[in-house]
Amino acid sequence: MTDIDVSRLAASGRAGEPTELAGRARRFGVWYYAETSLRSMRAYLWTVVAVGVGQPLFYLVALGVGLGALVSANGQTVDGVSYLVFVAPAVMVATIVAAASGELTYPVMAGFRWRRTYYGPAATPVTPAQISLGHLLAVTLRFVAQAIVFWLFMLAFGATSSPWSWLTVPIAALSAVAFGAPLQAYAATLKRDGMAFNFVQRFIVMPMMLFSGTYFPLSTMPTYLQWIGWISPVWHGTQLARWASYGLREPAWLVVVHVLVLVTMAVVGAALSCRFYTRRLTR
Amino acid sequence: MGGGQANATRQESVSCAPYAAVVTSEELVIRARGLTKAYGDFVAVDGIDFDVRRGESFGLLGPNGAGKSTTMRMIGGTLGRTAGELSVVGLDPETQGPQVRAHLGVVPQQDNLDDDLKVRENLIMYGRYFGLPRSYLVPKSAELLEFAQLTDKASARVDDLSGGMKRRLTIARGLVNEPEVLLLDEPTTGLDPQARHTLWDRLFRLKEAGVTLIVTTHFMDEAEQLCDRLIVIDKGTIMAEGSPAQLIRQYSTREVLELRFGSQRNAQVVAQLEGLAERIEVLPDRILLYSADGEATLERVSGAGLHPVTSLVRRSSLEDVFLRLTGRTLVD
Ligand SMILES: Nc1ncnc2c1ncn2[C@@H]1O[C@H](COP(=O)(O)OP(=O)(O)OP(=O)(O)O)[C@@H](O)[C@H]1O
Ligand SMILES: [Mg+2]
Repeated sequence: MTDIDVSRLAASGRAGEPTELAGRARRFGVWYYAETSLRSMRAYLWTVVAVGVGQPLFYLVALGVGLGALVSANGQTVDGVSYLVFVAPAVMVATIVAAASGELTYPVMAGFRWRRTYYGPAATPVTPAQISLGHLLAVTLRFVAQAIVFWLFMLAFGATSSPWSWLTVPIAALSAVAFGAPLQAYAATLKRDGMAFNFVQRFIVMPMMLFSGTYFPLSTMPTYLQWIGWISPVWHGTQLARWASYGLREPAWLVVVHVLVLVTMAVVGAALSCRFYTRRLTR
Repeated sequence: MGGGQANATRQESVSCAPYAAVVTSEELVIRARGLTKAYGDFVAVDGIDFDVRRGESFGLLGPNGAGKSTTMRMIGGTLGRTAGELSVVGLDPETQGPQVRAHLGVVPQQDNLDDDLKVRENLIMYGRYFGLPRSYLVPKSAELLEFAQLTDKASARVDDLSGGMKRRLTIARGLVNEPEVLLLDEPTTGLDPQARHTLWDRLFRLKEAGVTLIVTTHFMDEAEQLCDRLIVIDKGTIMAEGSPAQLIRQYSTREVLELRFGSQRNAQVVAQLEGLAERIEVLPDRILLYSADGEATLERVSGAGLHPVTSLVRRSSLEDVFLRLTGRTLVD
């Protein structure tokens, strides 16, 4: 066994002053954890890529060429545009919100319980709140990437007409965060196993996907079901995305409401999540 | 004009060093007073006081559930305290956690490596949390892998490491920021005897290089090897404090005679052994006779007509100290 220079290992003086290290962690800690989170996504990188490319392709072909042809054959348009143009921005929002329901449930549980990966950084100058925000930032970057791919497919399929259609990218990502951040906060409170996520999937995600005006306008539904849309980030995101993608005529005040609802959900969710992470990692 | 002052300061420091009777707060890395942690109604750490000086190796020795890990986590500020004062490198870990942790290296009892990352990446990403640049971390991770004897595993997946290798990687990871204080919660759990001795040797040399070590353990040989000074804790309270040698001197005799008469007879012969040693402890499988000279005691036992199945004379250890203090053995 060759021996090593322990004193160089212990105090070479290269690391810098602790105060300086703490200062850097205070400023960039969120990004430091996001970096780790992004690296762990490599484990399921191929799933992310397959979903990111496969979903837009699948939906745009099925809905545009298949169902869309049927709708148009009857000489009908929806909201004054072809069915493909109507449905594409909505499906974009829905698929990316669905990705959030995967990214911010089981991996959160893994961080606290199954793999305890949150506990390592919690013993460094990075704070629990930064860990929470870092994880959220990393998945947000994934949503943005996924949205860009979807938008490119929309362009290729002629499913969007407005020069403002690129706005669907931040809109879809914001919608996913609006749904994902509260979900992350909830996941951080779960003590046992992930059974609760089945419940979330069945009784929150599914109805939300069905009743958010994705495949037909919310207004065609009976009023007693419309409330699901009003509280659903998918509906608010969908309306915004349609507005950006083909110029859905939405009153200005309603556009503001959509943005406010999404931003509020994202901010409240992230704030709660910071609090729950802090509580859990210091107890 | 400034000369007089400088002179006075120098005189002061001369009068203190090297036999410093008063420990200044400068030299104290940790100061705990009435440190308490309750989980609901259950008090896990019950108002303990201790100081750790810069550069020393300080141990917390105690059985399962004594409150060692709880104390360690309060020091690192990853667990809030219920009452009492605690200062680590002059700061309060509860309110200034990140600043405190920038000085610390933490080796938790339970490994929490990131098994999505490769071995080397674990060190590098962990270093990132301290705001350390890649230009520092790349050579540093090579040194740390050398320290952990994992150089040839650098690009292995963490999942593919053995338990002991993971432990060594966790310890190496705790050194990534060149910490002034290294917290080691049962560092050698899961290590084979050779790896344990190598680690003890390296930790000893870290201490020589100026790193303050705080070690919890329930192995008395580890405490004896590693710790300059230790506290024995049980049920959240401090039973004794001192260097291993001091504690043995104070709470035990120089030697111990261990006798086995077979589990049935042990209890019967106790009465006959009374008076043959300074102190007698009866354990389920053996009887311990404490005296300065074990061989002489053994002769007296034979002289009394008692013939144990086996007998063994050994030096007192911290195990005996613990038995004396709590009436229980440390490790069964
Ligand atoms: N999060 C918790 N909630 C409730 N009780 C806890 C919690 N953590 C520890 N305890 C209790 O506090 C006591 C001290 O635990 P601690 O982990 O500090 O012991 P320890 O000395 O490190 O023991 P070991 O040698 O087994 O690691 C135990 O009785 C344990 O059950
Ligand atoms: Mg413990």
